[in-house]
Amino acid sequence: MKDLLRVEDLTVEFGVHEGVLRAVDKVSFSIPPGGTVALVGESGSGKSVCSQAIMGLLPRTATISSGSILFQDPRVDEGVVDIARIDRSGPAMRRIRGGQISIIFQEPMTSLSALHTVGDQIGEAVELHGARPGGPLGGQAGRKLSRAEIDALTVDMLRMVGFPDPKRALRTYPFELSGGLRQRAMIAMALVCRPALLIADEPTTALDVTIQAQILRLMKDLQSELGMALLMITHDLGVVANVADDVVVMYRGKVVESGDLHDIFRDPQHPYLKALLHAVPRFDMKPGERLQPIREIKGTTGHLLKEKPVSAPTETFNPDAPVLKVRHVTKTFRIRKADTLMEQLMGGGTTRAIRAVNDVSFDVMRGECLGLVGESGCGKTTLSKMLMRGISADAGQGGRVVFDDWGRKIDVMSLEGADLNRFRTKLQFIFQDPFGSLNPRMTVYDILVEPLVIHGIGDDAYRREMVAELMEMVGLDRRHLSRYPHSFSGGQRQRIGIARALALRPDMVICDEPVSALDVSIQAQILNLLKDLQKQLGLTYLFISHNLAVVDYIADRIAVMCAGRLVELAPAGELFRNPMHPYTKALLSAVPMPDPDARLDLGALMEGKASDPSVWPEPFRDDGKTPLFWTEAEPGHYVRVSRPNGREVV
Amino acid sequence: MTDTTPTGATPEPRRRAPHFVSQEPWDPYVADKLTAEQERYYMAGQWKLMWWRFRRHKPAVVSLAFLLLMYFSTLISEFIAPYDLHTRHTRYIFAAPQSVHLFHEGSFLGPFVYGLKMERDPATLQRVYSPDKTKPQQLRFFCLGESYEFWGLIEGSFHFVCPPKDGTFFLLGTDRLGRDMFSRIVYAARISLTIGIIGIALSFALALILGGLAGYYGGWIDSVVQRITEIIKSFPHLPLWLALSAALPVTWSPLLVYFGITIILALLDWPGLGRAVRSKLLSLREEDYAAAAQMMGAKPARIIGRHLLPGFMSHLIASATLSIPSMILAETALSFLGLGLRPPITSWGVLLNEATDINVVAVNWWLMLPVVPVILVILAYQFMGDGMRDAADPYA
Repeated sequence: MKDLLRVEDLTVEFGVHEGVLRAVDKVSFSIPPGGTVALVGESGSGKSVCSQAIMGLLPRTATISSGSILFQDPRVDEGVVDIARIDRSGPAMRRIRGGQISIIFQEPMTSLSALHTVGDQIGEAVELHGARPGGPLGGQAGRKLSRAEIDALTVDMLRMVGFPDPKRALRTYPFELSGGLRQRAMIAMALVCRPALLIADEPTTALDVTIQAQILRLMKDLQSELGMALLMITHDLGVVANVADDVVVMYRGKVVESGDLHDIFRDPQHPYLKALLHAVPRFDMKPGERLQPIREIKGTTGHLLKEKPVSAPTETFNPDAPVLKVRHVTKTFRIRKADTLMEQLMGGGTTRAIRAVNDVSFDVMRGECLGLVGESGCGKTTLSKMLMRGISADAGQGGRVVFDDWGRKIDVMSLEGADLNRFRTKLQFIFQDPFGSLNPRMTVYDILVEPLVIHGIGDDAYRREMVAELMEMVGLDRRHLSRYPHSFSGGQRQRIGIARALALRPDMVICDEPVSALDVSIQAQILNLLKDLQKQLGLTYLFISHNLAVVDYIADRIAVMCAGRLVELAPAGELFRNPMHPYTKALLSAVPMPDPDARLDLGALMEGKASDPSVWPEPFRDDGKTPLFWTEAEPGHYVRVSRPNGREVV
Repeated sequence: MTDTTPTGATPEPRRRAPHFVSQEPWDPYVADKLTAEQERYYMAGQWKLMWWRFRRHKPAVVSLAFLLLMYFSTLISEFIAPYDLHTRHTRYIFAAPQSVHLFHEGSFLGPFVYGLKMERDPATLQRVYSPDKTKPQQLRFFCLGESYEFWGLIEGSFHFVCPPKDGTFFLLGTDRLGRDMFSRIVYAARISLTIGIIGIALSFALALILGGLAGYYGGWIDSVVQRITEIIKSFPHLPLWLALSAALPVTWSPLLVYFGITIILALLDWPGLGRAVRSKLLSLREEDYAAAAQMMGAKPARIIGRHLLPGFMSHLIASATLSIPSMILAETALSFLGLGLRPPITSWGVLLNEATDINVVAVNWWLMLPVVPVILVILAYQFMGDGMRDAADPYA
């Protein structure tokens, strides 16, 4: 066998409550030694089940009903092993698992044990598998290694995956590490036995783009250094285009198309793959070009929704004035460590202040979509919650948020009681997680009618009609109103969330990562729906996302946020043509594009420094001492620099 | 790195993978079609989903049926018991259980018992009962027997089973005053089974209020409630029960003592449930749907009532079910030690109080029989609680 791994006609079935579920259906592909194969598909496509089958990690309810998984490690002459036939928990499988085939998982936060040091966890694999054949320490394969040898190997591995101080890292616990470093530790753990095949199951999905780019680069480097093969499981076509040699596209358990990377991207044949490629937002889209989701939503807006807005404009109403003005808003979280009862009652203990949002100012114009981009922990969600009055901003910092209700100025921060309740109807919120944001114990009707009940809008008949219209507005069947949320897919639930946010007919909606939990094809569907609704209902959006391509598709202007501050704000096209801030540049250069000819320039990455304001080059460097100004560098293009070379605003 | 030579890589140029395209027909909307089974599942609410899950847990279902039967029996104890709680048969002190027979000398007679003959052991002077095999005495069913006051209100004498005319029917023997053990166990179930329910209702209320306050307001209220919880939990329970029940005035009527005991049990039982309430409330408060309701302008009462309570009610009921057995056991223990309920109120624990003297028990083993229903009920509660806990979160 010339291939390292050959999967032939693999079928995996799950015994479920209703009968038998075929998760993987006659799947075939092969991985050459040292090659990279990407297994692409959306959730439920069976790609992870494939990886579990190869690792012998299938759950008890799953059976391999036909097919074979042939594996041959060229370094050892054990001949060809059919993983599908050997006992999943037997010694043969244990020898392969972790020794010859390794896996890294998606979630670096939960894949490491919190109770053991990084060094112990990495060393464990070596301890179990012993010296590798022909390894650096010599001796017979499988020879038990001494503590010192294990530590040496582990330090070596940690150095390879880029830990700055590997000796010290040996003794650190996972909670001391950032997400990126944890994923590096995971990779070190998987590779310390020098496997012939590494399976990476969505290895970068939980990471920020700049970290993702670093990890992808690291995996490529290690692959060529160690000569292992890589099976990359992902839903992200951008990642695929950047790392893969061959691509296998799966849909509902079946392979719909497979082949060389360039064939797949240049000459897609299957309607599913074609549709998938059209559904991914790209930077090079023409203005006005629409994404083509696999299933388009056919929504209709009924007469109740089209009725005049709740508030009539006053005489002083200026349609060109911003609908939301945010000025110098700051939020500091104080983390209090009070250990004793006395301290808790009397307010003692030590406090540490974290400035989540730091002096942020911007305008949202009426009818526009302002994109807010930033990586996790940059303060974008805190900012949105402050605007919604979910969290209160720091008092005494001169922070102000003014909402323009058709000429009536509302000071959002000082609203109380009935005024605050009335304001709730003007500004609404769409959540990221379509599963957590709908109460599973209420029917869809109860969920959608709740805002109307709370605000006492309309009588029974009106509410019934309004809810049905809302349902149809997001392209769902009004007959499904008596169902519970668990009967809907992620995309459908997100549509229900959108319908709920629009039930009060707000003027403005804050969308907090509304598509980041969804599959690519569903993402396109939701983005198009949001765009259409904006046009039909004259909405203003503040669209928060970590995904630049998504923001580019939907937003008119984009604000970039880092470490609690806005660093750049510009019209969408301008920002991509002419990014000024080093952080924006780093973000832009780190987004993997679904185009094999436009691979990431992995060398240009700022080794994890992109989001550290104190190492940005002058004049952007923020060391806390040099005063920085929010400066209009070009008309409509703002950036935070130290020397104001333009006019200072606000 | 000491060793960087790629051991597994092939030097030859990579083969170009063949381009495969599936020719099977493809329908993007196939995922949207539903079967009738799915449709039924999707229309089901929380409680229905939970019931479906619970039903899959067979021991739990059997336990539920058993418990329902037991509780139903407490409603009609007078009808089930052949004798009254206090009827004394001075001729039959410590009588052994009479077994029910169907055949007499090879011929079918229907359910009957043999009469009891009492003799004194000349050496030990103990009473020795032996069945008088010559005279089968037929049992009567759905019959008129000893008169009673149904729930102390209605006069009646209708029984499920009555002793034979001029005979006796002691299915589980008699005690030192010649009272029928079976009848006493049936009547005692009333007290033993309800003390758990009433006690748990009280402790549930306490847990909801105190745990709810701690979970919803947090801060110092939380701290105080947590510390009280810890203090109560760290007390050795048995001495505390003893002290508290000894504090109940002797002058109280037995009924007041009954309520006093339930209150004592509830006071010591709520911390566990209170913690469950608090932690559930804390986690549910962080759910997006609670935030969504808040951002819609919902008031705290609505958020708690519509969004938080339904979310943890099922969990609470499950954990409450699991703590009923400890209540029953606590009452049994207290009464066994003679510090709980006092006659004439009779619980299983009070019955067991008769079995404290090992010499008596060694001869009259049937005095230990009240242990059997205690064990069965506790086991049933445990199994049912297990099933309920598994079913409590149908969305997990």
